[in-house]
Amino acid sequence: MSHSTHDVAEHRFRQHHFATAEQQLDTSKIGMWLFLATEILMFGGLFVGFGLMQGVYPEAWVAGHHHLDRVLGAVNTVFLLCSSFTMVMAVHYASTDEKSKTVLNLGLTLGFAFAFLVVKYFEYSHKFHDGLLPGRFFNLAGIGGPPQQAMFFGFYFAMTGIHGFHVLIGIILITWIMIRANRGDFSSAYYTPVDLIGLYWHLVDLIWIYLFPLLYLVS
Amino acid sequence: MSEQAHHTPHSPLPYLLTLIALLILTGITVGAAYVDFGSSTVNIIIAMLIATFKASLVALIFMHLRHDKALNSIIFVSSLIFLGILLGFCMIDLGSRERVYPTGLRKVDPPPAAAPAAAPPAPAKH
Repeated sequence: MSHSTHDVAEHRFRQHHFATAEQQLDTSKIGMWLFLATEILMFGGLFVGFGLMQGVYPEAWVAGHHHLDRVLGAVNTVFLLCSSFTMVMAVHYASTDEKSKTVLNLGLTLGFAFAFLVVKYFEYSHKFHDGLLPGRFFNLAGIGGPPQQAMFFGFYFAMTGIHGFHVLIGIILITWIMIRANRGDFSSAYYTPVDLIGLYWHLVDLIWIYLFPLLYLVS
Repeated sequence: MSEQAHHTPHSPLPYLLTLIALLILTGITVGAAYVDFGSSTVNIIIAMLIATFKASLVALIFMHLRHDKALNSIIFVSSLIFLGILLGFCMIDLGSRERVYPTGLRKVDPPPAAAPAAAPPAPAKH
């Protein structure tokens, strides 16, 4: 409201039903956090089911997790943590008007996201090969052990599948803001889309932080 | 004011330190999984404590909750509280149901491995 450049930015991005650009930003953020809360509750239901059934069938959970590759799980954790870092750097550089660094960091985030999905693809195809398919397609004969492993792998595919779907959506969203950032849509006066998609991406990382020890490191 | 003035740290250094901390904690989680702390419950609790510490770092620093409006933190924490309510009541249900309405949920295990997980309810026992 004091500088003319800010006024220009306000005219360009502020929608008429908001009193100030700050109010518009706060509203956007509240909306995003409410959405993230629903995401937490959606994954939370699966986490609760997983934890309770682990209490009922501990042997099946231990037997089932032996068929997951800890090393690949840890590598994927590192990929997602690094992608969260590059994402927050992209938000940072968007806030300091450094366009090329914003685009570079968004590109790195995409690279880590793809690497995550590639590892996931190898893990899934290995499971499919062993007959460890979800639901009624599960084939116990291939591995032996407690029959309730079917339930473990049901949870495994539901949880990592929905999580992987979120990674895929994240890739689409990050590509979209990368194109917009490259086009020069954002500046220190307005970069809300980068900020909000960053929040989404960090939540995907946050969920994996819990998925990794629960699924891969049962003992 | 129209600037998005909520990123107090104008140096990206805190982000790098957070990443390093997260990677070290991941290493500790993997390492702790190979150590036997007496019971698997203790192992799970340790893994969950580390995961919660990592998640707090991500939420406070990467997601900027530390410098953000308090309402966003309230929304985030309340979703966790409701998740706790869900977990708590499900645990009460699982722990007490057999006495009220026997399901035989835990009775599927014994030798005949042919029985699927969704076995018919076991006959009522008192």
